[in-house]
Amino acid sequence: MSPRVTRLVLGASVPVLALVAAFAITSLVLILAGDPVGDVWSQILTWPERRNLSNIIDNATVLYLSGLAVAIGFKMNLFNIGVDGQYRVAAFAAAVVAGEAWLPGYLNTVLAILVAIAVGAVWAGIAGALRATRGVSEVISTIMLNAIATGLVAYLLRKAAVREEGSNALNTKTIPEGSRIPNISIGEGAATEIYGFIFIAAAAGFGYWFLLNKTRFGFDLRATGRSATAAVASGINEKKMIIVAMLISGGAAGLVGLPIILGDSYHYGSTFQSGLGFAGIAIALLGRNHPIGIAFGALLFAFLDEQSNPLQILVGVSPDIVAITQGVIVLTVVITYELVRRYGVRLEQRRVAQVLADESVAPPPGSGPEHEEVKS
Amino acid sequence: MVTSTASTASPDAPPGEIAVRLRGIGKRFPGVIANDDINIDVRRGTIHALVGENGAGKSTLMKILYGVQPPDSGTIEIDGEPVSLHSPADAISHGVGMVFQHFMLADNLTVLENVVLGAERRHGIGAAARREIERLSESYGVDVEPDRLVETMGVGARQRVEILKVLYRGARIVILDEPTAVLVPHEVDELFDNLRELKAEGISIIFISHKLDEVLAVADEITVIRRGTTVDTVNPEDVTARQLAELMVGSELPSPSTETSTVTDDVLLSIRDLGLDSADGRPLLEGIGFEIHRGEVLGIAGVEGNGQEELVEAIMGMRHGIHGTIRLGGRDLSSMSTRDRRASGVGYIPADRHRHGLLLEAPLWENRVLGHQFRPPSAKHGLIDKPGARQDTRRIIEEYDVRTPGPDVLASALSGGNQQKFIVGREMSSEPILLIASHPTRGVDVGAQAAIWDHIKRARREGLAVLLISADLDELIGLSDTIEVILRGRLVGTFDPAKVTPEELGSAMTGAGAAA
Amino acid sequence: MTAPSMVPEAHAIPAAKAGPRRLSRWWIVAVLVGVLLILSLLEVITGADDIASSGTIAATMIAIVPIMLAALGGLWSERAGIVNIGLEGMMILGTFGGAYFAYHYGPWVGVAGAMLMGALGGLIHATATVVFGVDHIISGVAVNIIALGAVQYLASLTFANYPGGGTTQSPKLDDVQTITIGPLRDALKDVEDKDVFFVSELAAMLGAMVWNLSLLVVLAFLLVGVTYYVLWKTSFGLRLRSCGESPVAAESLGVRVLRYKFIAVLVSGGLAGLAGGVLVLVASSNYRDGQTGGRGYIGLAAMIFGNWRPGGLIAGSGLFGYTETLGLRRGGESVHALLLAVALLGVALAVWQVRNGARITGAVMAGAGIAIGALYFAIEEVPGDFTRMTPYVTTLLVLAFASQRLRMPAADGMIYRKGSAG
Repeated sequence: MSPRVTRLVLGASVPVLALVAAFAITSLVLILAGDPVGDVWSQILTWPERRNLSNIIDNATVLYLSGLAVAIGFKMNLFNIGVDGQYRVAAFAAAVVAGEAWLPGYLNTVLAILVAIAVGAVWAGIAGALRATRGVSEVISTIMLNAIATGLVAYLLRKAAVREEGSNALNTKTIPEGSRIPNISIGEGAATEIYGFIFIAAAAGFGYWFLLNKTRFGFDLRATGRSATAAVASGINEKKMIIVAMLISGGAAGLVGLPIILGDSYHYGSTFQSGLGFAGIAIALLGRNHPIGIAFGALLFAFLDEQSNPLQILVGVSPDIVAITQGVIVLTVVITYELVRRYGVRLEQRRVAQVLADESVAPPPGSGPEHEEVKS
Repeated sequence: MVTSTASTASPDAPPGEIAVRLRGIGKRFPGVIANDDINIDVRRGTIHALVGENGAGKSTLMKILYGVQPPDSGTIEIDGEPVSLHSPADAISHGVGMVFQHFMLADNLTVLENVVLGAERRHGIGAAARREIERLSESYGVDVEPDRLVETMGVGARQRVEILKVLYRGARIVILDEPTAVLVPHEVDELFDNLRELKAEGISIIFISHKLDEVLAVADEITVIRRGTTVDTVNPEDVTARQLAELMVGSELPSPSTETSTVTDDVLLSIRDLGLDSADGRPLLEGIGFEIHRGEVLGIAGVEGNGQEELVEAIMGMRHGIHGTIRLGGRDLSSMSTRDRRASGVGYIPADRHRHGLLLEAPLWENRVLGHQFRPPSAKHGLIDKPGARQDTRRIIEEYDVRTPGPDVLASALSGGNQQKFIVGREMSSEPILLIASHPTRGVDVGAQAAIWDHIKRARREGLAVLLISADLDELIGLSDTIEVILRGRLVGTFDPAKVTPEELGSAMTGAGAAA
Repeated sequence: MTAPSMVPEAHAIPAAKAGPRRLSRWWIVAVLVGVLLILSLLEVITGADDIASSGTIAATMIAIVPIMLAALGGLWSERAGIVNIGLEGMMILGTFGGAYFAYHYGPWVGVAGAMLMGALGGLIHATATVVFGVDHIISGVAVNIIALGAVQYLASLTFANYPGGGTTQSPKLDDVQTITIGPLRDALKDVEDKDVFFVSELAAMLGAMVWNLSLLVVLAFLLVGVTYYVLWKTSFGLRLRSCGESPVAAESLGVRVLRYKFIAVLVSGGLAGLAGGVLVLVASSNYRDGQTGGRGYIGLAAMIFGNWRPGGLIAGSGLFGYTETLGLRRGGESVHALLLAVALLGVALAVWQVRNGARITGAVMAGAGIAIGALYFAIEEVPGDFTRMTPYVTTLLVLAFASQRLRMPAADGMIYRKGSAG
């Protein structure tokens, strides 16, 4: 097998093995708790109905964006745990701007999207700047910023919100019809529509791939993530890279809340979903930071979430069992990756030695690529 | 060719006086003979020095004596008894202690904590331990403050802690690996005073070093090792530094290049008054100035750690706090970023290719792009040109004889020699004006080494300026048009490779004598 | 052939650094007195009279404990070189364990159960990081995800079926015993009510300690002392700390580094679990979904604030517990009063920085101090949302300005494989 095919196969084996291991461990937990393992899996592993399918695709769209944001950080060896805070601040800002409708129609929508990206970027940029200038770990600073975001948004929401009659919820101004992104129908009725934002999400995925693999900037970013020392020797400015990478990651995180804002609720409310950031971390790891892999990861997580919803009613098992699976996946993916990687390196070294041995005529004594001078 | 001689030193002393006797020690690794028929007697209560060049086999021998590796053949006797050492714990139980060149100390713990760690059973970790340390400190004259944090201590003091660690564990035979490598002159004097006091208390010391002047000053006996075997054991009073150097490197003279000189009058690189201080004010580089002309190879000779790495990084723009000027082809590089310097025509073959030269987990074609991602063939208009890079990678593989199945192989799968050939090819491909080659053939097999030398000679012919840093005399003399010697951050001598002898170079590099 | 040369140094020669000022033993008392003094002053100046009442102090002590225990857990783990951001998850496990076992077997078995569950979370983290070499942060994130799901799952299996419970909460639980010294308490209350400068505040503080003091609170503070003794005065502790400072040196001296790391993380989980137990048994009277409220992360912040030392983390937990309490009681007024103190502190620090030559940092601090001072005069009360942010903002500020002085264990976060020593 050529090296590229080998790498592909090894790469694909990781998530498969990891999933199998995770499912096995989940089953073990179910058995220990005395829950019916078979029933649980047969409920979860069924092909979803149309309306479930549309939910899955919608949630996957949101999770996909979160995974992308985290993956950008990972490519630079940075942990952006702050996606949660970034997307909420960004979604809030976007909802307020869109609600004000300073621009007509879809111009308003575009403005809202840009605002979301900008705000998310700035929120992450704080952590990036702290890391680049003061050496503060972005892990701690993004966690802190998450909590600060919660308080900040709650406060601003109180100031900017409009209370609907008869409800206790605080929401921003509803976005006018002309600025909403229409949903796409995949079946009959309103319950089988998926977010139009899916196209933007796909574009984001393409943009991620293009930026990282095709542009010089992306090369610099990946090089810094692989070996900061080699990158510096090659002329890359490490500090600049850290800040820009966090800005881009935050910008992508800013998009996470938009599918709901522009395609579903049309406002930002006090009950806006949180916790998507951690799921994004799991999905980025599962998808090995690859845009297609992340898509599969997002679909998988959305699938697990959706199919486990009726578990309580139908089988009498709490749907939270799936959360355990998702957490275990994070660990099994990383461990499996490491084991497979080591195996792959050994394979490659053997193959290279084999090819060279085949190629070369009997080497003169004492020389040859395998015999290196040992300098103590 | 090497003529190895058996030990011709004084006849076998009575066994009771020998602390360590090594007879016929041999050790092989795949493809390499590290030790062959080593014979050494270390008398009790003496300082016995072990000298030899890089790669002569000293480290392997010491690892054998400290139990880290077993010998393939030969015997070890400690205090007259044959022993078989399977681990450092064995060695320690026989009274052997080793002070490594790279200290193994925890900065944020106190001296006391560092010394008792792992040996808490001997005297606990409180007052009894402190008393014992103070007792040892007194009897052996090894001055330490038990409650001081290691991170606040200078290098000389840290070394004393390492010595105390071995004494605390009851060592009667102390091995010191390159102890003066990191010390400034007055710390060296303090160390030697300590060693003499240890000697007076009956401790036997084995002292590994390259610094011939120091060895002559402190040792009672000197054993020379060359290419894995003991050459001779001599008395320092009977021998000069130059004779020692001769024993170490053998009596061959490398043949200088017979090519016609390609040096022109065109100054390409001009360095003036370059200086750099370390964080605590020590000068790492001082008053460095030289010029390299078109078609010239300037070789910088020196014992590693005397400022070569700093010099190279200063020219590349990888260091802060540099003062002085660096001009390349008339342009002032001093305020440019690393990327701009590379774009101005500097090629760099780093000494540590794994840390600075390659992305090990990336395929070769991406490594072709590394450092050159702002110009063709790797990039066009800000985008990476993958087909262009791959094609050029294939060209480099061809022209530079890089043994690999193709451009998609990960860099980590190549041998060191092929990795280095690739790097040379990459750096030369950008048509640089200046090529910096820092230890270009370190850790590289003989075949690749010859190939890289050819490429450097070709570069010279094509009119590049080449700055060559090396510890390999063959390489320096064979490739350079001029040789400068660097010592403690300054340039201390200029030599003509056609006329210099290895002894003269060796002396200048170690500061043993006046430069020729 | 090579010239006589040295083996290259793999790393820079370490330079001697100016040592940290070693604080005297009684600095905790000094700080406490100082703080009380400042608070008394503030009460007089601003009229916010709840910032040092016995009610506030009592509530503060209870608020401190979960944070402090989490910080202590973080300390054990990081001193051995393993970063543990899974403390939150381990605490969540502890809340479940505490509630479940307390419901069935009484409060003290609940305490044991909480520690056990937390240690289980620690087991996952330890296995992943020490045995498999997984990155510490990733493992911590995974533990948090798993713990949350596991506890919700277990709650639906158990509490949902108990009378008075549901899927998101447990039935009411019995309390752990408390200590009250009646007469002393009354006397101190009298002094407090007299409103004498500083003396009243002192009485308030002492009063809070003799009325309804939970045994778990006492246990928690004792554990801090025990930790200090074990880690700094025993060989076990020395070896454990060496694993976090220089595992290479430790291994070269025969210390079983991986074993110590594993144990440290288990202890870390147990302490975080205990924090959860305190939440369900002392701070409230049952288990509730989302009860931990990020205290695992605040605990981490307190540990960092305390420079990875037990004394320091008490100070950090004290600060964060206090601001959390203020936020719950007449928060707006009290935090508003604190703003004045912070503004003055900012200006004072700025002056000190400028004198040390750090002009830019000093200018930034001065600007911040003046801005905060202006804010103090501009508003009447700090909105609740912002008071709840105080621990996080403080942590960020401390990290941003003081990261050079903070001294985390040198090999913290390092993925260590046996045999990494030469």
